Amino acid sequence: MLTYSIRRLAMAVPTLLLIALVIFALLELAPGDPMAQMPLTVSDAVRAEMRAALGLGEPAPVRFAAWMWQVFAVEPRVLLDTVLGTTLAEGLPRVQSWQSRSPVFAVIAERLPQTLWVVGMAYVIGILAALPIGIWSACRRHSPVDHAATAVTMLGYAVPPFFSGLLAILVFTYWLGWFPSVYDTTYRVTGWAGLRFQLWQMTLPVLVLSVQTTAMLARYLRAAMIDELQSLYVRAARAKGMGEAAVVLGHALRNAMIPVVTIVALGLPQVFGGAIITEQIFRVNGVGHLLITSIQASDWPMVQTVTFLLAILIVGFNILADLLYGWLDPRVRHD
Amino acid sequence: MTRRIALAVLAAIVAFVVLGPLVWPYGAEQVDFSSRNAGASLAHPMGTDQLGRDVAARLMTGGRITLAVGFAAMGLSLGLGVLVGVLAGYLRRLDGWLMRLTDMFLSLPVLPLVMVGVMLFRDRLSATLGEVTGLFVLVVLAIGLTSWMPTARVVRGAVLSLRARDFITAAEATGTRTGAMITRHILPNIVGAIMVSAALGMANAVITESALSYLGLGFPPDFPSWGRMLSDGAASLREYPARALWPGLMISLTVLCVTYIGDGAQQPAERPAQS
Repeated sequence: MLTYSIRRLAMAVPTLLLIALVIFALLELAPGDPMAQMPLTVSDAVRAEMRAALGLGEPAPVRFAAWMWQVFAVEPRVLLDTVLGTTLAEGLPRVQSWQSRSPVFAVIAERLPQTLWVVGMAYVIGILAALPIGIWSACRRHSPVDHAATAVTMLGYAVPPFFSGLLAILVFTYWLGWFPSVYDTTYRVTGWAGLRFQLWQMTLPVLVLSVQTTAMLARYLRAAMIDELQSLYVRAARAKGMGEAAVVLGHALRNAMIPVVTIVALGLPQVFGGAIITEQIFRVNGVGHLLITSIQASDWPMVQTVTFLLAILIVGFNILADLLYGWLDPRVRHD
Repeated sequence: MTRRIALAVLAAIVAFVVLGPLVWPYGAEQVDFSSRNAGASLAHPMGTDQLGRDVAARLMTGGRITLAVGFAAMGLSLGLGVLVGVLAGYLRRLDGWLMRLTDMFLSLPVLPLVMVGVMLFRDRLSATLGEVTGLFVLVVLAIGLTSWMPTARVVRGAVLSLRARDFITAAEATGTRTGAMITRHILPNIVGAIMVSAALGMANAVITESALSYLGLGFPPDFPSWGRMLSDGAASLREYPARALWPGLMISLTVLCVTYIGDGAQQPAERPAQS
């Protein structure tokens, strides 16, 4: 198991480098020019100076290497500095945003809490809702409850977030007037009343995002539970007179959760992707919103770094899912 | 049963989109300021928008774009996926490399990359191919190139399990060439898996195109796809909700039907395992 983990981690390095190269090359091949926004009166000499200031003077391979060095060598030191108060990164160049002229990672750190609040909360709620739905519809197959649950999960799967978000705003904001349609990210939680307001304004975006998670997980859990409930050990447990609750929850569920846990790990990066759209609908000032505004403003260092961080998330959770699977299910230990 | 209903509804949507404009009295770009922002009436069953354009007529032309993008992107991703899957499953030498490539593509953050790609190459392709054609090609390429991986995996698995069957060994023993093996023996036997992938790919393509249009990176306002209409309608959601609801409903209905069709195609294969 340990050698397998080490091998998986080592394999991730070339994968990530290749992904970084793909992202970098895509932006490099693009015909757009960051100087295109400058007025025509700016002379060529000044333009060249500005390009050099943006770090565009170097050839592409050098810039790629510099970017990788900054992401993997400089930024961890900055993190250490802020945590421990050391000065390891002093004088070292960080990845700079063209738009805000500040370090990319500082901007991301500013935006990350908003996304994490909404995405994390939505994921937890989505998982918690998927458990009873999946278990119930597997135990009572072809019952009205099962059909209703299947229909609802299919709807959650088929209705894209940009439509379900609008529907939620229409019903809960405009018709019923229960929740706000715009998420106030400048709000600081102070005391219980503040926490209540925060939860209240988070309800709609979390609802929209969690329905997607629930739809995906409930379908997987139902299929896995049906498989397990038909197996011999369940029959044996019933034959020796175990209660139905103990059979379902104690035996079948524990085994059915093995594939579902990996789906949970694999799905988290996708929820970040879905958050790009949800943040746009509810004006949440998070990382997804940052990515869209950076794309529109041709802020390439920001775009490539955020995209690359998403890729790191995906690769990381892939490894986590594989390791979890091996840990939970001894039959598939990869030795 | 549900699969039949889904097929019927999808056929109705396709007929609405393809045949609708031939018989409908209004054009999608026909501006009529005397009946702006009209609600549902006999003359305009889905109402009109802020320029007095008939929403039903716009839904028809918008659906043509959305469905065309969906079919084309699905075709591209299916072609790539089947190619990679069959090569990896049938030719042992390529298997490791192709699957590693598939894994790498699966690790790409797809939506951001598609957004960046469309944003970056929009102007150049529009200049060479014309605005709408260029954008169409770009969106289809972006979606198709980033969504072939699940198909490749499924097809590879199906091919690997086929290889162990006796009739394949028999065909190899009689000296069938690789090309004929694939077209005559392998492909006809994995049609089921390919059909399921096609349905899922179509659903994915429609959703991604709509998401792009919703985020303002898709088709221009005078050439609206359903996603674009939805995003335009969202601006006046409070006053005229129908304008966003109709295109949203069409997108969801299409995705739902396609998913159900794929689900139905999957079930016969699963049945023996449930005995």
